[in-house]
Amino acid sequence: MFFGELLASSLRMAVPILLTALGAVFTERSGVVNIGLEGMMIVGSFWGALGAYYYGPYFGLLLAMAAGMFMALIHAINTVTFRVDQVVSGVAINILAYGSTRFLSLAIFNMATTSPHVSGLPKINIPVLSGIEFLKPLVTDVSPVIILALVLVPISSFVINRTVFGLRLRSVGENPLAADTLGINVFKMKYAGVLLSGILSGLSGAYLALEHTGMYVEGMTQGQGFIALAAMIFGNWEPKGVLWASLLFGFSEALSFRVVEGGVVPYQFVKMIPYVLTLLVLTGVVKKSTGPAASGVPYERGLK
Amino acid sequence: MNGRKILAIALVLVLMAAVLAGCSGNKGQQQQNQQGQQPSGEEKLKVGLVFDVGGRGDLSFNDSAYAGLERAAKDFADKIEVEYREPSAGGQDREQLLRLLAENGFDLIFGVGFLFTEHIQKVSQEFPDVKFALIDGAIDGLDENSNVACLLFKEHEGSFLVGAAAAMKSKTGKIGFVGGMKSPLIERFEVGYMAGAKYVNPNIEIYSDYIGTTGDAFKDPVKGKELALNQFKKGADVVYHASGASGVGVIEAAAAEKKFAIGVDSDQSLSATEEQRPYILTSMLKRVDVAVYETIKSMVEGNFKGGYKVFGLAEDGVGYAENDYNKELIADIKPKLEEIKEKIIKGEIKVPVDKTEYNEFLKSNFK
Repeated sequence: MFFGELLASSLRMAVPILLTALGAVFTERSGVVNIGLEGMMIVGSFWGALGAYYYGPYFGLLLAMAAGMFMALIHAINTVTFRVDQVVSGVAINILAYGSTRFLSLAIFNMATTSPHVSGLPKINIPVLSGIEFLKPLVTDVSPVIILALVLVPISSFVINRTVFGLRLRSVGENPLAADTLGINVFKMKYAGVLLSGILSGLSGAYLALEHTGMYVEGMTQGQGFIALAAMIFGNWEPKGVLWASLLFGFSEALSFRVVEGGVVPYQFVKMIPYVLTLLVLTGVVKKSTGPAASGVPYERGLK
Repeated sequence: MNGRKILAIALVLVLMAAVLAGCSGNKGQQQQNQQGQQPSGEEKLKVGLVFDVGGRGDLSFNDSAYAGLERAAKDFADKIEVEYREPSAGGQDREQLLRLLAENGFDLIFGVGFLFTEHIQKVSQEFPDVKFALIDGAIDGLDENSNVACLLFKEHEGSFLVGAAAAMKSKTGKIGFVGGMKSPLIERFEVGYMAGAKYVNPNIEIYSDYIGTTGDAFKDPVKGKELALNQFKKGADVVYHASGASGVGVIEAAAAEKKFAIGVDSDQSLSATEEQRPYILTSMLKRVDVAVYETIKSMVEGNFKGGYKVFGLAEDGVGYAENDYNKELIADIKPKLEEIKEKIIKGEIKVPVDKTEYNEFLKSNFK
């Protein structure tokens, strides 16, 4: 029972990181670094709550994805069309997200830092499996978004590795000049990669607000957009690797919740578990990770 | 090409400027008194208040301060005028806002939250004729004649009561506590709660967790929920939180598990949803509004005193919440709670404020 609970908790903590990290894979594979994922999660959490408050959870999720996509569009215009430094634009996105949500929260809810309570999607009990005692915590009262996130892993993997779109996306991230000479629209592919990351980050933010907490709270993303970037590197820019990396982050968080008792281990050490575990795995287990060759470099026609 | 680059940079700058204007711009809403516009011969007292980060609408701390200000503005409409300011998102302009109010001839200025401690200490020395009130923070070396009053609360006394309530309502003999930022202030809530629970049931088992070690721990409902869920799964059936906005997650967890949560600072039954209300046993009230109101009142009556003012059970500064939603729920334990309350006020129960005192409390009460 304890182990089942631990896994269920890990999964709940892993899903926001997983969704955002999948987005990060798409944008980086197209050669655009996106530091603004955190900001896109923030707008996702706010607009998700806003949409759900007025028109229900489905609308909330859609609105969150649209809001994330809008922020990603700004990032794409900045970095792809105008070739602004990608890190600078990403930082600007984060500030814009923070300021705009607070401003709108005050204007719409008349509260600076929280929304009213909202309800999420109906929870799912997976039949058959919920009969097994060991798995019970994992398969009862599951948020549909968790299942969606897990399903998105093989789908993303397939899209990136086995479709024409994926091949073009990767080629643009590795060598845009070569891709361009072969007739691939580099700019379009980069836009697609960035927008996909915005949609997924928005969904991830909405998961936090709607599915997990039932309320938008300013700063509830707690830097998970940046952890997602780490998970992406950790997962070697591959959706399947990202899944394991996110689960590891989620697991270590969930574990740290459970070691507090007794007072044998000093409190600060318990809070270090996720980071220590990450370091250990990074240094010991992961083999060399290499990103797309042209990631972070703005592409300009006619320049070598 | 260079032109486009400049255009792009300009675009980013404009966006950022818009954001900054949005968050720190003209937040200094004014609230002048409409009633009693005729000056009654003498000049009105000017009362200013600067909120902490989070500002009005946080459903707990700041809102409570605002309620006190509003009540005073109504009750003393012909004697005072009030105004409030909200600092920027990061709170960097706290000190400037205090100074601004002082320069504009305000007579009494509130700083809401312990983060103002340093700033009030500084500004109060620059403006010896202006009175300042600091909520939740203590400045050393004040006396009656100082121009600063520190308004402090005995959170441990209120927590003792809700701890007793939790222990009496628990069927499993296990209860929980979720704190926000690990700090002496929040530990006061924790030990008060534990002592109260042990007082009514020496055998009770108490799980205690903190969300983090920084201020961010007060706005992390995701972790708040996970910690509470973990305590519920281990068998706790009442969980008390002292974690600001993170407590939203604790209440959500209680509703999901159909167990009890105890709110903090303000009466959280009132701000919860219809589905959550049956699962909020009560809330530990911290009457910041009372502190603000009483301070303004003393100013109006001309007997403002500097130094330290502590609001405990005796002053109605802390307590437990009773409302339409939990009335029946706590009806059976209310007499006992009132009895404990009396004992604390009379000094028959000495509520511990830290871990050392807590251990002594256990030793002296149960041999």
